[in-house]
Amino acid sequence: MIRVVLPAHLRTLARVGREIELDVPGPVTQQSVLDAIEAQYPMLRGTIRDATTLRRRSLVRFFACQQDLSHEPPDAPLPEAVVKGIEPYLVVGAMAGG
Amino acid sequence: MSGVRVLVGTRKGAFILTSDEKRQKWDVCGPHFAGWEIYHLKGSALNPDRIYASQSSGWFGQMMQRSDDAGKTWEPVGNDFGYNGDPGTHMWYDGTQHPWEFKRVWHLEPSLSDADTVYAGVEDAALFRSTDGGQSWTELSGLREVKGHLWQPGAGGMCLHTIILDPNNPNRIVIAISAAGAFRTDDGGTTWLPINKGLHSPYELPDPDADVGHCVHNISMHPSRPNVLFMQKHWDVLRSDNAGDMWHEVSGNLPTDFGFPIAVHAHEPETIYVVPIKSDSEHYPPDGKLRVYRSRSGGNEWEALTNGLPQSDCYVNVLRDSMAVDKLDSCGIYFGTTGGQVYGSPDSGDTWTPIVRDLPPVVSVEVQTLS
Repeated sequence: MIRVVLPAHLRTLARVGREIELDVPGPVTQQSVLDAIEAQYPMLRGTIRDATTLRRRSLVRFFACQQDLSHEPPDAPLPEAVVKGIEPYLVVGAMAGG
Repeated sequence: MSGVRVLVGTRKGAFILTSDEKRQKWDVCGPHFAGWEIYHLKGSALNPDRIYASQSSGWFGQMMQRSDDAGKTWEPVGNDFGYNGDPGTHMWYDGTQHPWEFKRVWHLEPSLSDADTVYAGVEDAALFRSTDGGQSWTELSGLREVKGHLWQPGAGGMCLHTIILDPNNPNRIVIAISAAGAFRTDDGGTTWLPINKGLHSPYELPDPDADVGHCVHNISMHPSRPNVLFMQKHWDVLRSDNAGDMWHEVSGNLPTDFGFPIAVHAHEPETIYVVPIKSDSEHYPPDGKLRVYRSRSGGNEWEALTNGLPQSDCYVNVLRDSMAVDKLDSCGIYFGTTGGQVYGSPDSGDTWTPIVRDLPPVVSVEVQTLS
């Protein structure tokens, strides 16, 4: 299972706790994880990435294993520790004041 | 027992204020959607328990929420606001062309004839309609064909903020955009006309009398006289007696004719309300005195309403969707401020009381009259 940590506002929206677990079929990439999030929690469509272009929203970041993956290609494999469920994949609201 | 429900949208959540017909004791419920910007909430006239809310965030974008139990519980509905086809470009602040980009929903207007139909005015300016209770949205894109390339953002963005449905003619809708002006459809939203004759904007437009480009801040109408429209423009208060075909200024003796909201009394179609603001660069009341101005003659002659409002050291703003009226026998007037106060008057504006004082900055106020 892939572990995903969502920011507080999205947890409220999806009515979930700090961490969710997802069954992600096939290669585990940022795109496949985000697809799985949106399939399981359709109310999050458009909140992490644009619903049409699928581009990451500009004030959302992706972290895992102490790395910033925000600018990695969406179809690049995620770190092995994320794939094995040892480390979570973090969806983070960028620090921008407020 | 009759009463009122005041729907308040703020920069950090929504609040619902309820009272009986005396409007002296208030129950405050909220924040709903804590931490999110709630640009607007509005209830259906056909089913008052159905309320729509626009929930947005600079981080996570636009969400739409619907309640079918008067705001006790909410369900997310559709948030896909895709423009029809290639949306093209509009004018940017510097006069160059800029791509059309959806940012947020500013205003929601439930249909007067079908509880599942609701209109949404968005930034970058466009009008959308849902016929399934907000689950899906379709753009009425004929609007942007009216010289959309000449529309430009005001200081708050290029927002479609006013939607007026004609109670006698379901095919007639009037909308307003900052800064494009006012527009009307007479065929249910397929084709649109600019209705800006008589508007004069010498400090904002190279052609002060252009047919599009004016910064209209708000328009209001009394349902018994849908051809009479009242407008608060960037500068100037105006009225039209022919559904917007021609406007004339009624600023009269106002201390300043800059402002944002304009409202019409529920039972007196010639009684209107504005909140004068010092200027476009100083968004607070003149002289630090928060004064609502009332005209009982449809404009030109105005009186200051001050009883209960701060008359010194007050430097809040009142935004365009932040004033509303109830329909009780003694008409109630309500407005919210960027300082987080919501003031109410149960007697047409003669006396005012703060219902709440310390909310986040108020973006919108709507009222439901409950029977």
